[in-house]
Amino acid sequence: MSSQNIIMVYVAAFLAVFGEASLPGLRTTLGAQVDLLPALMVYTAMHAGLANLSVLAVLGGLGFDALSANPLGISILPLFLTGLAIFTQRDLILRDLPFAQFVIGAGASAVVPLGQVLMMLSAGKPLLLDWGSLWQWAVMIAGGAIATPVVFAVFNWFDRVFGYKLHTESSFRPDREIRRGRS
Amino acid sequence: MFKQKHFLALGAVTLAALLLLSLPARVTARLKLAVGSLFMPLSSLAATAEQLPADVADNVLPRRELLQEIGRLQRENQELKVQALQNTTIGLENEQLRNQLRWQHTVPWKIKLANVVMRDPANWWRTIEIDLGREQGVTNNLPVLTSEGLVGRVSAVWPTHSQVVLIGDPNCRVSALVNNPAQDVGVVNAAGALDNTLANLTYLSGSAVLKPGQEVVTSGLGNVFPKGLPIGRIVDSQQVEFGLATEARIKLGANLGSLEQVWVLFR
Repeated sequence: MSSQNIIMVYVAAFLAVFGEASLPGLRTTLGAQVDLLPALMVYTAMHAGLANLSVLAVLGGLGFDALSANPLGISILPLFLTGLAIFTQRDLILRDLPFAQFVIGAGASAVVPLGQVLMMLSAGKPLLLDWGSLWQWAVMIAGGAIATPVVFAVFNWFDRVFGYKLHTESSFRPDREIRRGRS
Repeated sequence: MFKQKHFLALGAVTLAALLLLSLPARVTARLKLAVGSLFMPLSSLAATAEQLPADVADNVLPRRELLQEIGRLQRENQELKVQALQNTTIGLENEQLRNQLRWQHTVPWKIKLANVVMRDPANWWRTIEIDLGREQGVTNNLPVLTSEGLVGRVSAVWPTHSQVVLIGDPNCRVSALVNNPAQDVGVVNAAGALDNTLANLTYLSGSAVLKPGQEVVTSGLGNVFPKGLPIGRIVDSQQVEFGLATEARIKLGANLGSLEQVWVLFR
């Protein structure tokens, strides 16, 4: 992944966290806010290196926790572990297929909030959880699943439009051309 | 599969997360402020962008509608002036009676208007951020309300903004009183993750007789919320714990889902 693309991923993470806090999103209609950080984490895990993955987990988690009532740093580990799991298996994943992106996005969007909630429950934090939280979780999974192929499409387009492509030389060499017949 | 560098990255990130989680509360609050302030320029940009359509709409509003609105506001203003006059008379009378009975004097409320700038991005909390902070005199636990009723209390204060924990969040429990003949006292708790228009009124006595529509106000117990702030109205009630206690659902007066401006009550 090009350096400008990874910077764009960080900017997108920053804007995503801000958007989740300042825009109503699906909160008013479906009763839950969709988190876009797992979708960005999936994209980064599929295309970038381990260092970029770690930076996104730390920065995204810090931003999310700073704007919420979460203890600062609680979102870092769930994000990173999800990204790392995808990163280690990325050679086996058909990353260009939108369906694969959809499924991985759904999985990541399910695991990240679950990890955050489990960590906070184990820390003894009283959370607003009941059967309605299952619905919110389902909305988050569906939202993340739909957002992941969109994230892939947007960043792939960005990479195509603004990225430099390496010029590959052709294997054809005119001095080695076999000339047939008499000249 | 897992290689050495994966373990190294995992160890480094885990260490960073554990370090952050084990920091003292004061340092965490400062760090939160530092990270949160990175979003402040975007916040003011979003507020300006939000205001823009309203400004455009104001500019194109027909003169007739504006005149009608002015007329309506003038009438409302006159009515409120008469009410204020009446309240002043009642207040003086109340003061005289308090003097005669040697009761403690009530302190008049001081309120400040605040804009809601952000909501909690996590679905398991119910908090908002407002644009009043320590510099404007805000301190922890100040009550926050709208004209329809109580909203919550200030839970964290930074120099220019504060966090408000709303009714329905597990961290905001309000001692409440039902305006019925028995004046039953209970505690307002979270009702559910999905519906933010309802809350539960718990720890009521088993003999409490509640009827739908009865008003619920703050009891003044606990010394956080002053007595008499409207919270909502009883929807239904049931006996729990084998009839030893009563629980009721209350419809909150304030619409917590669409808060844009709130009042912070100073003491």
